[in-house]
Amino acid sequence: MDFTIIAETNGDSLHPTTYQLIGAAASMGSNSTVICPNGVGASEAAKINGVEKVISATGDCFNIFDGGAWASAMSSMCGEMTLISASPNGREIGARIAAKKDIPIIQDVVSMSEGITVNRPIYSGKAMESLTISGSAVITLRPNAFEAASTGNDAPINVVDQSADVKIAIQEAINKASERLDVTEADIIISGGRGMGTIENFSHLEEIADTIGAAVGASRAVVDEWGMPHRMQVGQTGKTVTPSLYIAVGISGAIQHLAGMRSSKYILAINKDPDAPIFGVADYGIVATWEDAIPALKSSLSELQS
Amino acid sequence: MNITVLLKQVPDTTAKITISDGKVDENSVSKWSMSPYDEYALESGLQLKEKTGGNLIAITCGPERAKKMLTDAAAVGADTLVHISNDGVTDSTHVQKLLAAAVKKFDSQIVLCGKQAADTNGGSTGPGVAELIGAACVTLVSEVNYSEGNFSTIRPSNSGTEKVAVDGLSVFAFDKGTSELRRPNVRGIMMAKKKQVESITSGDLGVILNSSNVALNSQNPPPEKPAGQKFEGAEHVNEVVSKLRNEANVI
Repeated sequence: MDFTIIAETNGDSLHPTTYQLIGAAASMGSNSTVICPNGVGASEAAKINGVEKVISATGDCFNIFDGGAWASAMSSMCGEMTLISASPNGREIGARIAAKKDIPIIQDVVSMSEGITVNRPIYSGKAMESLTISGSAVITLRPNAFEAASTGNDAPINVVDQSADVKIAIQEAINKASERLDVTEADIIISGGRGMGTIENFSHLEEIADTIGAAVGASRAVVDEWGMPHRMQVGQTGKTVTPSLYIAVGISGAIQHLAGMRSSKYILAINKDPDAPIFGVADYGIVATWEDAIPALKSSLSELQS
Repeated sequence: MNITVLLKQVPDTTAKITISDGKVDENSVSKWSMSPYDEYALESGLQLKEKTGGNLIAITCGPERAKKMLTDAAAVGADTLVHISNDGVTDSTHVQKLLAAAVKKFDSQIVLCGKQAADTNGGSTGPGVAELIGAACVTLVSEVNYSEGNFSTIRPSNSGTEKVAVDGLSVFAFDKGTSELRRPNVRGIMMAKKKQVESITSGDLGVILNSSNVALNSQNPPPEKPAGQKFEGAEHVNEVVSKLRNEANVI
């Protein structure tokens, strides 16, 4: 099976997910060709074990993100099996390439084995499905679900200049997002729910987030009723997250919320109701009000950091 | 102007999903609803219709039950209701072919849809349909504006959001929108009941689907988590933090 990987980038370098895409192909016994859009991270990709060659795809069409232009510039370089990150841009490029080549697209895969058989969550994680693919396909992989490949390689880099029709133009950049980490990027998330009492009390969660480098998330109730920004919402109609540690404070654990965070590596739940459903998915649970638990958590974490 | 909205009927997000015999049991779904992000696409379509005096076409590809959702769309203002029977087609690329053919058949100038459906969670439909009709596509948009024959939209960027202009026929895939969703009034509901749903098949659309390269093995409940450790009272916070460091190695 020949694997082509479209690198996920982050500013001027590779996103950690790219190492996982290469690791996933390697786990299937395959070396891979890595395409770096706009040439970003090409020399970094060449050092990753399991990479046979790197294609540094350059051209004006990569100056802004237009999924149609990017897919058009890269699809001819994609072989039998194409792996991309299940990020918003990755999903879009993947769907375009699959439609262009008239092959299936399987989004958000969390495990892969010989066959090729893949597993993916459906209904936002309320169920899983197992699929077998015969022939060509595009597969997007969920970030943090696969082992990252190691480095030490020295693969060749080919620069290929591409052109494509760009149909999107940026007219205006609007309000800078807060300096806070995005929940989909963070390794630790601390989320609050209705149990926090008021929106002002989220400042206590923000303080903890600043101490440990975490993102702050919110339940749907808090977004809908208190006007918290939707980008912070974790759950079925918000973000699906898979951090190493998810701290849920004053969140009872509605089925929609659990769907968005249950595949976090570790979950700490703090809730005054001992019967809250959130405890059913928590690795560690503390039955307490946030007023009691948060100051203790803050001082305990600050001590660790110092 | 013809404004097309692509809609999908899914189990309501509050519904429990049960598995029987290795498949999701659709009969046990307590409530079927329009997929949440599609609702924002529909709302945006209704606003564009009001602004331009256009015709709003609601298209779905799905089983018989999905017609009910089209009637719900009519109750808030959809003019033309189109149901493509899917005959068990699950391959996303195949569904996109059917939708793309319908979009062309109804001569749409703009296509709106949700960023992903609440059942498959894929996110392939918008960009896939755009590819097949040769359109631009912007995903995760929160609003679409129309001025002097041109569409613009707002999408997230690395540093916040950005206003984006598109060239020609375009597909916009909605995240949660900035507009409040409208609810149907009694008159709308009554009118919608009389509205015909146009039913079409892949044959009517001239789409020939080859067999898919993807086979479903099984659907399963999510993996069970072993029971966690639970502590009564905030005095255990220190102990839990040290477990997070020493047992879980996450801080």
